[in-house]
Amino acid sequence: MTNAPTPSLAAAKQEPGGALGFYGVWLLAAAALIVLPLIFSSGGSLTSFSLIGIAIIFALSYNILLGQTGLLSFGHAVQYGLGGFLAVHAMNAVANHNWPIPLPVIPLIGGIGGMAFALLVGWVMTKRAGTVFAMISLGIGELVASSSLILRSVFGGESGITTDRTSLMPMFGWTFGPQIQVYYLIAFWVLVSAIAMYALTRTPLGRICNAVRDNPERVEFIGYDPHVVRYLAYMFAGFFAGIAGGLTAINFEIANSAYLGAMQSGFVLFSTFIGGTAYFFGPILGAILVTYLQLGLTSVTSVWQLYFGVIFIGIVMFAPGGIAGILMKHRPLIRAGTLGTVIPSYLVAAIPTLAFALGIILTIETVARFSGGDPINLLGIPFVATAPTTWAAAAVLVVGGFLVARITWRRVAEAWDRAATVARDRGYLA
Amino acid sequence: MAELIVISTLNGVLFGMLLFLLSSGLTVIFSMMGVLNFAHASFYMLGAFFGYQLTRWIGFWPALVIAPLLVGVVGMGVERYGLRNTHKHGHVAELLLTFGLAFAIEEIVSMIWGKSPVDYRVPAVLDFPAFTVFSTNYPAYKIFMLVVSVVIFIALLVTLKRTRVGLIVQAALTHPSMVGHLGHNVGRVFMLVFGVGSALAGLAGVIAGPSLVTQSDMAAYLGPILFVVIVFGGLGSLPGAFIASLLIGLIQTFAVALNGSLASVFGPLDPSLGPSPLTDIWNVTIAQIAPILPYLLLVLVLIFRPMGLLGTRES
Repeated sequence: MTNAPTPSLAAAKQEPGGALGFYGVWLLAAAALIVLPLIFSSGGSLTSFSLIGIAIIFALSYNILLGQTGLLSFGHAVQYGLGGFLAVHAMNAVANHNWPIPLPVIPLIGGIGGMAFALLVGWVMTKRAGTVFAMISLGIGELVASSSLILRSVFGGESGITTDRTSLMPMFGWTFGPQIQVYYLIAFWVLVSAIAMYALTRTPLGRICNAVRDNPERVEFIGYDPHVVRYLAYMFAGFFAGIAGGLTAINFEIANSAYLGAMQSGFVLFSTFIGGTAYFFGPILGAILVTYLQLGLTSVTSVWQLYFGVIFIGIVMFAPGGIAGILMKHRPLIRAGTLGTVIPSYLVAAIPTLAFALGIILTIETVARFSGGDPINLLGIPFVATAPTTWAAAAVLVVGGFLVARITWRRVAEAWDRAATVARDRGYLA
Repeated sequence: MAELIVISTLNGVLFGMLLFLLSSGLTVIFSMMGVLNFAHASFYMLGAFFGYQLTRWIGFWPALVIAPLLVGVVGMGVERYGLRNTHKHGHVAELLLTFGLAFAIEEIVSMIWGKSPVDYRVPAVLDFPAFTVFSTNYPAYKIFMLVVSVVIFIALLVTLKRTRVGLIVQAALTHPSMVGHLGHNVGRVFMLVFGVGSALAGLAGVIAGPSLVTQSDMAAYLGPILFVVIVFGGLGSLPGAFIASLLIGLIQTFAVALNGSLASVFGPLDPSLGPSPLTDIWNVTIAQIAPILPYLLLVLVLIFRPMGLLGTRES
């Protein structure tokens, strides 16, 4: 939902003079969050917006680790899930004791839960970065996810713990029963968390985090302990993940052990990396795309998770900067006015690439529906999974598309080099 | 009690040897290439499913040879066309590539063979009790699994210690760039080692498939345990991986067989206390906590001995 304004966010970041543009971006984002449900007011889109909002906070919190501090975590859902569980327990306690705490404060409690767990385990975990951290985070993730099934009184076993968000005291006459009120609660927290996390990247701590990511040894030489910096980053990431978890608990009125699991950790990694870790708005794009695909693809194909895997592998191999990285690569060309020379080669390359992608989709669906299932509907053309003509079409699209695409992308690289050289001459490239 | 100890020891050693078939490849790949291969357990799963399919088509014994070779070819393809191209983006990108592959392989397997367990049976020749300990019949197939893994273990040991190839691999473990300077084609060594490691994982899958459950989530279940094994044994240490495999195999097997809980030792808690985390911990049996024991071990090792049992380096 902040899709359009965010690229200029990074623009404001690089031009200290553009204060108006900078605050304008956030005001635009706020306006978009308020207006969106008025335009798309159906129940389904409200639910989607709520889920996307939560995914944005979660992915941004993950990027504090991966993008800003260089810590690859395979267990980020632990903080998210524990935040969710704490929020559910807090809601039940508040309702039972009739404490005067309104619902909008509950995500903060979830955040404190996520932070508390990070405080507890973070010191040992962040001793080293890199592969070791990745493995420990995986181990802790499995440990907590399995323990949650043993500690039934806290985590409710397989079925989880339920709550009722309307049983808390109303605020400004809002009971938070209808989804629209929950959406505005989530939107409020999305904006607050995004601003807070953006502000965090501007603080000295945020800067030293980047330094720890790039060269921990030099950070030590200038008198900082990288371990402490990583620990702090881990706690902040845990805090915002906990907020996302608390919002999920409010949204679904339940917390169960799936919140803590490897699947959830995997999806936040996918969203963040597909969006792009190098820019603040990258995870926002990724969260919107992945959640949207997740909601949209489930009704179209039974193997939607495989498409995530394929997209993710494609991004890792061919565009490690993610979507944000691809977009931002074009900035110097736009400024130098040489983008126009690249676009024709893009258009040429788009045709075989699209054919290749369609071939992959056709192959996957053919295999998936070989032993029964609806006929494949690709761009309105029906294909039968058991027919040899379908296999031939898939093979031609994949092999032919790949071979032609490889030639056309070489052309793109050449055109790109020429455009970049001109841009460099005009002083727009480092 | 004696029966439980004998049977659990046999099963534990067996599971440990299977773990070693996987962890040996994983740890060699990690020390040589610096890549923690998330997809290693997926190769094990591929081995089991290839084995199942080939057994149905051409019988178990050809499958025992062909399936691991196929998995090895898949592994070499992953190294040659995936990892080698990703190498320029750094170790995190390589790790993420294998993570994405593990995810995709699981989805592909469940797409082709379904999410429920497949009917991968012990071959008829080996479907008889080998011997009877006390009152338990010990299946011959498990003895066969043990023999295969021990033979592979010895072959691996001889190859690494007594042959020229083993010498190069050993050198590349600690000084990959020096090996390159000496004129060896490090890229090809990497590809071969990756292929052999995947093939070993595939072999483990073929022989473990009929005995354990062949299902599309078997990789997700075993993968994290493998990481525990190689961290526990010390990253890059083959003897360490061997000891850790056996130890974790034994711990897991014994824990599953034991039924004791704090309540059975100290008596039940006062029921007036009501349900709380304490009662959960009090009543949980050792068998129930078996799945989390490896991870507890991992956390303890990382706190008290970060380089692992026999490891020499910390990361």
